Amino acid sequence: MAVEIELQPKMPKCWNLASKPHKFCPGCGHGLVLKALGQAIDELGIQDRVVFGCDIGCSLLSWDFFDVDSVQTHHGRTTPVLVGVKRANPDLIVVAYMGDGGGYAIGSQHLVNAANRNDRITAILCNNTIYAMTGGQMAPTSMPGQKTETTPYGRDVNEQGYPMLGPEMVAAITHEGAYVARGTVSKLRTLKGYIKKALENQIAGRGFSFVEALSTCPTNWRTNAQQTWAFLEENMQGYFPVGELKVPADAAGGASEGEEE
Amino acid sequence: MSETSAKPVEGERKVFMTGNEAVCWAALAAGAEIMYGYPITPQNEIMHYWTRNVPKFGRRFLQTEDELSAGFTTIGGVLAGRRAFTATAGPGNVLMQEPLSMAEAMRIPVVVVIQQRGGPSTATVIYSQQEVTLTCFGGNGEGLRIVYSTSSLQELYDYTIKAFNTAWKYRFPTFVLADGYQAKMRESLNIYDPAARGIEMVPTEPFLGRPGKIGEGREAAHLRNTYNIEEELAEVLERDIADYERVAPEIVEHDSFNTGDCDLLVVAHGIVFRSAAMAVRDMAGQGKKIGFFRPITLRPFPEEQFRAAAAKAKTLLVAESAYGQLLKIVQQNLYGSTVPIRTLLKPGVGITPEEITDECSAILAGKGA
Amino acid sequence: MGRAVKIAMAGEGGQGVQSVAQILMDAAILEGKEALYIPNFGVEQRGGVTIAFLQIGDEKIGAPKFKIGDIVMALSDRAVRRTQMYVGPQTLFVYDSGIQGVEGDLPKNAKRVLAIPALETANKKLNPRVFNILIMGAVIGATGVVTVDNARQAIEKRLAYKFEQAPELRELNFKALQEGVNLVAGMGVS
Repeated sequence: MAVEIELQPKMPKCWNLASKPHKFCPGCGHGLVLKALGQAIDELGIQDRVVFGCDIGCSLLSWDFFDVDSVQTHHGRTTPVLVGVKRANPDLIVVAYMGDGGGYAIGSQHLVNAANRNDRITAILCNNTIYAMTGGQMAPTSMPGQKTETTPYGRDVNEQGYPMLGPEMVAAITHEGAYVARGTVSKLRTLKGYIKKALENQIAGRGFSFVEALSTCPTNWRTNAQQTWAFLEENMQGYFPVGELKVPADAAGGASEGEEE
Repeated sequence: MSETSAKPVEGERKVFMTGNEAVCWAALAAGAEIMYGYPITPQNEIMHYWTRNVPKFGRRFLQTEDELSAGFTTIGGVLAGRRAFTATAGPGNVLMQEPLSMAEAMRIPVVVVIQQRGGPSTATVIYSQQEVTLTCFGGNGEGLRIVYSTSSLQELYDYTIKAFNTAWKYRFPTFVLADGYQAKMRESLNIYDPAARGIEMVPTEPFLGRPGKIGEGREAAHLRNTYNIEEELAEVLERDIADYERVAPEIVEHDSFNTGDCDLLVVAHGIVFRSAAMAVRDMAGQGKKIGFFRPITLRPFPEEQFRAAAAKAKTLLVAESAYGQLLKIVQQNLYGSTVPIRTLLKPGVGITPEEITDECSAILAGKGA
Repeated sequence: MGRAVKIAMAGEGGQGVQSVAQILMDAAILEGKEALYIPNFGVEQRGGVTIAFLQIGDEKIGAPKFKIGDIVMALSDRAVRRTQMYVGPQTLFVYDSGIQGVEGDLPKNAKRVLAIPALETANKKLNPRVFNILIMGAVIGATGVVTVDNARQAIEKRLAYKFEQAPELRELNFKALQEGVNLVAGMGVS
């Protein structure tokens, strides 16, 4: 039977069509993370209450991605801007979107302290193991041995340390009410489930919500499609375990692992 | 935050309090809804008084992890439509410049109280006027800010209230620039409900999270501080600079005395102005042809009024507790004038009326360079 | 009173120098006078000499700090050395006669240097706790910047919470105030 397949892939309702096609490189994982976020916003019906803040780096390119109130901040400072918004108007649902450099390096004090204060915000951090916007320098999350512009012979863990385990750190310092998970763009439906739970956790007023999304950067990794996927699923997921690290006792059951597309 | 019932200050009354306390009461009286802050001497007591009053008047407070965060959370509070403020000093003011450059770029009406301390680096927690350049021109931009330099606790109260209105009316970050002396000293002032003096508070409005459904009556806001091409940035800056220059004449404030045909015109701001005013009035009382000019707004600077006063003076004396920060502004605003400028520059220490008198006497007697 | 009276009081942390300055200021306010008080603060205040600057006058006070005081009072050996910089030809320099080893450090340019047995008097006649109030009495006795009556009221106001718990402290403080006034009465300084 000739089913009329939609020619356009289905876009979340809260996406800003005027900014599509989006500005990310081919093969970049940001678009997938933002698709998961868009679906979660749609399913929760919160488009009119969301304030989306984006960091500097490739995450900045999401500034007009959604048809929700959005604000560009500074590198590493998305968390405090949205903490400020939320403290001033707790009815809003705020999302701080950042990369691994913004969250774990230049803005790590903000992430740590917002988490420890149990600020009722949702932080989503895209981990692609590299500073992509600035041209491929080592990130706190670069893999051991990974070649980057500032570790041209590979990340030497004796010199540059080990990749930062962000969700593990956030889980360790947060208290009752926090939600912490690590998803991956290779299991998008699960990632969406985590993001949705992170938003629900904020809506319920339980506490700080944090989702790290393992993502891809073929441009700076200099990988083809096959190599990109292998780096994500074998290298990264081997070092950064995917799953929920902290779920508040009164939150609904685990996110659906479901069928992956 | 709308549960605010009782007015923090009813009518008007004379009090003796410290400057930090005066700032707190002014912010309360102005209807400031939320303060974000990080401890640093000598501004700490602003937070201490504020937090004690938070439950009484339905206000809020967040102690942040550093001044970067204090500045950025204040921005968040303003974006949410609140009359929000923070306070800092010295090294905190240095860190605060990053968020303030964002506020400047995006025309976000934050209010910041600066209690200057000694610099550079940690220096002293006591006093200086060394944060003039930083407060007026900090950040990687043109300094599209409004900076009020106060010289008494009455002014600290008056201009803290005014700063909220200036910020929200013109949408430029606004500073109340005082110092450790004003922060910690205790003297008399009148505190008042702005309404009792007929001062209307400029209403606030949210930049983000406005009411209504997106696509039905309102568009989603997309607020930027990053641009892809030079021309895009230039267009925004040209608009903002033109706005700033257009409103500057409405904003500038100064105080002057005896500026007609004087042998010596003393230029000072902030707490040093008090010493200057005492010295000048004394000497003028003894028949000396001496006057003063005091910029109240350091940014924008009352250029026209200053040039007019300087044109009628034989010599200028710039006195400040810094090594040439006010002086630099004075020189810039006097471009083309040939009036000689003498200086009394004491970075990081107070200047007494006696010191200014001695300097003025020496200049009038034709001594020195 | 024409120009403002400038007072600098210095002592060790815990000697109550700042409290005394604030009580004096409160008393001046009760008289309808203008006053300006500023403590020295900073890293020095932790374990160092603490100084209170107080000015009392009929009109709004000018600059908050001054170079030379009308009255400079030092309550410890370190305070004697630290306060020399505030002494000039018009200064009445007052220090406690019980302070040891400062003979060589006493100012030589003061209008008058006055040693008063404040600590000894407090210890023998009253209680070491009210040493600072006794000193305040001495300042009032020497200068008349405020009346004893208003000083009593100011003490009452500031220490009310203490008097509630221990009413006998009220009399002790008032006695100390009067002792202080008496100490300088015979010295011909006022």
